[in-house]
Amino acid sequence: MSIISLQDIHKYYGDYHALRGINCEIGEGEFFSLLGPSGCGKTTLLRVIGGFEDVSSGAVILGGQNMAGVPANKRPTNMVFQSYAIFPHLSVAQNVGYGLRKARLSKAEQDAKVTEALEMVGLSGYGARAAHALSGGQRQRVALARALILKPKVLLLDEPLSALDKKMREQMQTELRRLQRQVGITFILVTHDQEEALIMSDRIAVMFEGEIAQVAAPQELYRRPVNRRVGEFIGVMNFLDARHIEGADGKVRFDIHGLGKAVIEPANLPQGARAYAPVVGLRPEALSLIYEGDAPPGKRMAEGDVADLSYYGDMTYYEVLLDGMTDPVTISMKNLASRPVLERGARTRVTWDEGSLVVFGA
Amino acid sequence: MTGGWLRIYAITYLVFLYLPVILLPMFAFNDGTVIAFPLQGFTTEWFVQLAGIEALHGALLNSVIIALTTASLSVVLGICAARASTRFTFPFKAPIMGAIMVPLVLPEIIVAVSLLVVVVQVLNLPLSAWTVIAGHTLICTPFAIAILSSAFQGLDQSLEEAAIDLGETRWEAFKNIILPLVAPGIVASFLICFTISLDEFIIAFFLTGAEPTLPVYIWGQLRFPTKIPAVMALGTLMLVASLIILSVAEFYRRRGVARVGGKDSGGFL
Repeated sequence: MSIISLQDIHKYYGDYHALRGINCEIGEGEFFSLLGPSGCGKTTLLRVIGGFEDVSSGAVILGGQNMAGVPANKRPTNMVFQSYAIFPHLSVAQNVGYGLRKARLSKAEQDAKVTEALEMVGLSGYGARAAHALSGGQRQRVALARALILKPKVLLLDEPLSALDKKMREQMQTELRRLQRQVGITFILVTHDQEEALIMSDRIAVMFEGEIAQVAAPQELYRRPVNRRVGEFIGVMNFLDARHIEGADGKVRFDIHGLGKAVIEPANLPQGARAYAPVVGLRPEALSLIYEGDAPPGKRMAEGDVADLSYYGDMTYYEVLLDGMTDPVTISMKNLASRPVLERGARTRVTWDEGSLVVFGA
Repeated sequence: MTGGWLRIYAITYLVFLYLPVILLPMFAFNDGTVIAFPLQGFTTEWFVQLAGIEALHGALLNSVIIALTTASLSVVLGICAARASTRFTFPFKAPIMGAIMVPLVLPEIIVAVSLLVVVVQVLNLPLSAWTVIAGHTLICTPFAIAILSSAFQGLDQSLEEAAIDLGETRWEAFKNIILPLVAPGIVASFLICFTISLDEFIIAFFLTGAEPTLPVYIWGQLRFPTKIPAVMALGTLMLVASLIILSVAEFYRRRGVARVGGKDSGGFL
């Protein structure tokens, strides 16, 4: 059952068309991400859901109720702000319990709830501390506890991890995910970090220029981006010119520049497309270098020179210029003891996985 | 050596700045009616004399009432303007804000004369403490706005939204979150406005009614040489009072900064 239904939402700032017809259903208990580059409207959409921005047209249905005219303080949503917005003049406990002021609870009940909320985010015993004396990660946790204490139907998170350093961010990603499963509340996360979205979300909406380009689960999104732009934004993708060949047997074939001919399985074709774009996508891990002693790959083989490489420890990313091509392709290889890292300029053979080709509709 | 010259310069500068201020208490306790060296001896007679001048007490009370009212009005107007200018955008914002800030640089004599014309000729009102308050509020409000704007500017907008998100109305969020956080700015602007109004002379001179403010009264007394030592004693008391007020204000300001964990970036002292 969907808890949020966004129906043809438009938002104008003067002449600027920030949201251009957003339609989306978000399920109860779902971890949903709004992913896109800066300026794509993802934060605006989050603020529309939270009631901090009006819509120019369209409707936000929350738990079956139209939210038109309902201000932020009356909506069953709570928000974790990008800056955390911790009240600096209050203690940690006062911050966390701020939303309970209107709840008509006894002092003891309030204290119990605050203690419980602090425990939930791993800050037991921090209640009496001054909020301004906390570290970034701790502020983040206080903001979470403060928003979750009111048991909202939907928790809105506006790039909550962007201010943390890498290690802390990775830790918080797992923790947020665990917390979401524990409380069972719908989380809507705004992020520009595709990796973060893939790690944390049940489903992701990719947005460009005020429109949703694709809504899908992480694996589906990575495996079958609907267009070149989404494919480019999520992870790394090689784009190769390709010509569609009509086969007599009804199978779809492509002649791929630099790689050769390939048959595309019906399951890998874009649904409902009448024609195909003259380009196919291939992830770096769908291409491999062939080392001495590897089994001969058969017909799917090309040759080229290593133009550049980036060594990441566990992986090496090669830029290989295949014979007859003008742009190099990116190939990722796991670093094993039996696979020496190639030098720049080395000659190499490359094989590729036909089943991993991504075909786009035109 | 450069350091030596700079040190001499710094000392000369401080002497020049504070010598007249030090002369004030010296002559206030000097046993003689003529303001000249050598000093005659120690006396507290002038302070005793001060206590007996009823016109002076009236002028002081006038000034304090005018300064308190002016400071209150200026701070309230300043809060409104500073919040509007930092939080909202509206048509003709820049020219409007410019127009509000102009009295900061207008010659006071021009403000005073034009106000006098407006009050007496156009509005046909009698001159009173209220006309002085109006004039002082006009020149104090820009100071309040300047101080409060920086206080409001430093605030994260999300703080207010967070409070609203947690169930408060706009007004409650402003009262419970924004006001406490800009309180140091409010105290600072109140004190600045209070001191500006307290020693302002030109506008008060033009707009005051039958009951003069303290600066106007003092100016009147300077015509009588025998009253000068008493004026010196009065000045000494005011000096001590302003030092105390300033110290108290600074104490609260520093405590406020420390409480929210901010970095101390200046202040009065």
